[in-house]
Amino acid sequence: MASISDNLMRFFKSSSNQTAGPAIPQKLSRRSSGMGEISRLLNSQEGLCILDMGSTSANNIRYFTGKGHKNYSEDLLRSSLDPGLRIQDGSGSLAIDSKKFLEENLVYPNAHFDVVLCWNLPDYMEESLVKPTIDRLWSVMKPGGFLLAFFHTRDAGPDSTCYRYHVTDSDMLDMQEVKFAMPGRPGSERQSPRLQRVFNNRHIENLFRDFVSIKFFLARDSMREVLVVR
Amino acid sequence: MDVSQTGNGAHIGKSVVIKGELSGSEDLYVDGNVDGKIELRNHSLTIGPNGNVKADISAKSVVIQGKLDGSINASERVELRKSALVTGDVTTQRIAIEEGAFLKGKVDVLIEASKAAAPGS
Repeated sequence: MASISDNLMRFFKSSSNQTAGPAIPQKLSRRSSGMGEISRLLNSQEGLCILDMGSTSANNIRYFTGKGHKNYSEDLLRSSLDPGLRIQDGSGSLAIDSKKFLEENLVYPNAHFDVVLCWNLPDYMEESLVKPTIDRLWSVMKPGGFLLAFFHTRDAGPDSTCYRYHVTDSDMLDMQEVKFAMPGRPGSERQSPRLQRVFNNRHIENLFRDFVSIKFFLARDSMREVLVVR
Repeated sequence: MDVSQTGNGAHIGKSVVIKGELSGSEDLYVDGNVDGKIELRNHSLTIGPNGNVKADISAKSVVIQGKLDGSINASERVELRKSALVTGDVTTQRIAIEEGAFLKGKVDVLIEASKAAAPGS
């Protein structure tokens, strides 16, 4: 019969063995009804113009171009953190120059894109940029084009992780935490952007009021998906 | 493998500034400033971590670790390392992008001639 001390030794050994190994990153994914609809469109047509506004994803580029579509990447959240966009407003406090932002970003001909993947950009972007960005997207999208965006519900909480999304050949999206160097911080210090606000349904409808139709999908992970038709 | 690792080819150091057209028939490593056009056709170009290039690039393969403002036309492959900041369109057969790389532009991945010719591939 083993003594109490032997058992204790075995317990501590097994505990230390469990913590000694390297942490295995957990692969996260989520089902997306909106992406399911976009996937059907991508599979049924060729030569679509797609704008991916998430963090640059080699996987997405390969997926879209492999299906014969044209892929445009523009990481608007990262571009919006450019310190050169900061100006002093009338009260002397720092604000983002939305005019300059749109002179440098989303510069495309009118009616150019069939599909825009906005992902969770509106929730993490500086508030003053959201409406001008959506208005610019309206201009660069073709009539009948689709836009997919994700919005957090109030249940998500302010520390909700910012993800980038990798498309798969189904309605599942692989998720990866977004981290990058923030302005005013050392380049080696990478942080995840913080949720700026939570839009309610009326805000979302107002945001896309110039579009033809808007469809909401309520997901289980405190997210609402919005599929908008230009 | 990029030019800095092989030790072959020409090297433009980080204090060098070049304005104009660069063309050559050997691999090139740019860690300085180039403003103009780079044409290497059957050779590789690497933009090092200190490289700041404003040029349209034409080469066999391109590896970017620094900053590029201009288009890339690579007959074989393009590799964007995690520190890459690229604003411009990319046309290539193969592309690899490390996490953290920034790309703003259109990507055209051309189908390899051998694959396109192979029936049922």
